[in-house]
Amino acid sequence: MKPILEVQNLSKRYKISHLPKAYLSLREQMLTAFRTSGNSSEEFWALKDVTFEINPGDSVGIVGRNGAGKSTLLKILSKITPPTNGKIISRGRVASLLEVGTGFHPELTGRENIYFNGSLLGMRRKEIRKKFDEIVDFSGVERFLDTPLKHYSSGMQLRLAFAVAAFLEPEILLLDEVLAVGDAEFQKKCLGKMENISKSGRTILFVSHNMQAISNLCTKGIYISDGRIDTHGSVGQAIDAYLKTGRVSPSRNTLLSQVQSIKPDKDFRLLSVSLHQDSTEIFGSAVNGKELEIRVDYELFNRINGFRVFLDVCDQFGTIVFRSFHDESNAVTFQPGRHSSRLKLPSNFLAPIPYDFKLQFGIHNIRMMEPAEGFVFGINIEHSGTYNKAYHGQHTAGLICPVFPWTIQHG
Amino acid sequence: MRVFELNGSTGKSMAMDDNVEHVIDAEKVKFFDWQELWRYLDLFYFFTWRDVKIKYKQTVLGFLWAVLQPLLMMVVFTFFFGRALNVPSQNLPYPVFVFSGLLLWNLFSTGLTNSANSMVNNAQILKKIYFPRLIIPVSSILVAFFDFVMALVLFLVLLIYYQQAVSWHFIWSWPLALTLTLLASLGPGCLMAALNVKYRDFRYVIPFLIQILFFLTPVIYPISILKYPLLQYLIALSPMYAAVELFRLPLTGAVLNMPLVLTSLIACLVLLFTGLIYFKRTQDFFADFA
Repeated sequence: MKPILEVQNLSKRYKISHLPKAYLSLREQMLTAFRTSGNSSEEFWALKDVTFEINPGDSVGIVGRNGAGKSTLLKILSKITPPTNGKIISRGRVASLLEVGTGFHPELTGRENIYFNGSLLGMRRKEIRKKFDEIVDFSGVERFLDTPLKHYSSGMQLRLAFAVAAFLEPEILLLDEVLAVGDAEFQKKCLGKMENISKSGRTILFVSHNMQAISNLCTKGIYISDGRIDTHGSVGQAIDAYLKTGRVSPSRNTLLSQVQSIKPDKDFRLLSVSLHQDSTEIFGSAVNGKELEIRVDYELFNRINGFRVFLDVCDQFGTIVFRSFHDESNAVTFQPGRHSSRLKLPSNFLAPIPYDFKLQFGIHNIRMMEPAEGFVFGINIEHSGTYNKAYHGQHTAGLICPVFPWTIQHG
Repeated sequence: MRVFELNGSTGKSMAMDDNVEHVIDAEKVKFFDWQELWRYLDLFYFFTWRDVKIKYKQTVLGFLWAVLQPLLMMVVFTFFFGRALNVPSQNLPYPVFVFSGLLLWNLFSTGLTNSANSMVNNAQILKKIYFPRLIIPVSSILVAFFDFVMALVLFLVLLIYYQQAVSWHFIWSWPLALTLTLLASLGPGCLMAALNVKYRDFRYVIPFLIQILFFLTPVIYPISILKYPLLQYLIALSPMYAAVELFRLPLTGAVLNMPLVLTSLIACLVLLFTGLIYFKRTQDFFADFA
């Protein structure tokens, strides 16, 4: 049996411009033409010599850190951007769902959006007409079919968008983090639908940070690290490799370079992120017997009302354990200049497990700032607190381990 | 809840692709994949349909705008150029003369503006879904064509009102002029669309360029008003010159100045191929730059 997808020596190079503007203007181009080249841009290989084969009917989970090249790979496979080197052979119709609801227009009605979105995803008009009722049924928005999309709630928009995509019938389906949106019930429904798709013998490539979803849905796994394939095997092998090497404690330098690689934002610049315990800076691992302080230093370029910093503490499967805002009780107005937001997590609170800390920045109800996907770094917690101390903390369970004042009464 | 069957019902469109190997190769270079464009025929329709719908949503007058705009322009031009300045009009009533030019000019200028901005306006879609990129500028010109059809109806009414004689054995020049107009907007439109993705300066260049071209194209005056042949050839470099002349042919019955028309035709074709080739050469990287 021939593989349905062959990827040979695939590489993708980006040129990173160090100019502060997001796009080029002619004047800049003309100016840089006179300068000596090389100092204004830098080469960056998002993918380097990636080779693999996928057999028909496989469902493959692709895991890796942010920026490892997962999304670039899907973009190349779905022909959105061309490879710099290498070759791809696919033997079947490829459809990609890199975002739910691409091309949805707020002024069009639900019905009109189904047709437009469906045809964008590669369905013929006849095909959409045939499946129209099923799509509407699945989305559960019959009553609002002729209402402009702008009057829909975000949940309804999402359901409609996923419904259209769910009725695509390609041989190869590429999915990028599409389950990251929506409430728990909706995610469950989508997962169920995708399980059906993979059981029906289609080939799926699925990128996600949700290890639970990946291990439920996929049989094979690929772990990508720094643009190369680290592990290609069963889904368990790939996830293990990812969790093991992905958990390398970040050093001072990796944190620093992670801060520096953030795209420029017009209002905001992250200066540094550091962890402190006992008033010394720590890297990568901490103990849960002591207070843990997270310091976030940043610079704002404008006066901002309602600027927010918040921290998601996630377990290794990407589930959010809890979220904490730097302005819990009152909105704060920030003046331009440097600021520092600091959070102290109490002792005897975190569990002795590896966590991912994800910092996000934004203006309440207006927009999120760069890095758009959040500033994520890993940390290992060693057990040292009083939690289950009597028995050497051997049997910990749960995603946090707070110590509560029990009372024990005898007799 | 109903259970949906996903297996089994593979559509015909896929069976068609079953044994085909699709190869994405960094080394391979190829002009437009016409077969693929044909397969995406529905999408031309849907992009056009979407933009026409959005254009007139939440407007009270709706499609009437497509008629009102050229009508008001005709009134203004008739007043200043026809009456006040007494510009000759090839023996046609000046309103008929100017409207026949405006009809095509509006198609050209709207088409060019739409297509030049089309790639940037659809950047979100370009970054997430693959389809032949050429669909976007082409269908944005078809949106302008829709307005043209509306205005054409008004033009026919105008012809009846002024009891303008039309020589039917020249009527072939109407579809020809129309095709030329569409091609004239497609070439520069594709060029500008591609440049606009990379250099947003072109957003400001386009309205300016169109303004200049308007006065360089014999829409509100006949080319015979220019006394020097060299100037006439300069004007004929406008890709729209041939289209406007051809469109007026059944009304004026005048003899075409072939060297001038051919000059304009060649200009139109050179721009068309320059635009298409540049678009083709850069289209793969739109998602990286948009």
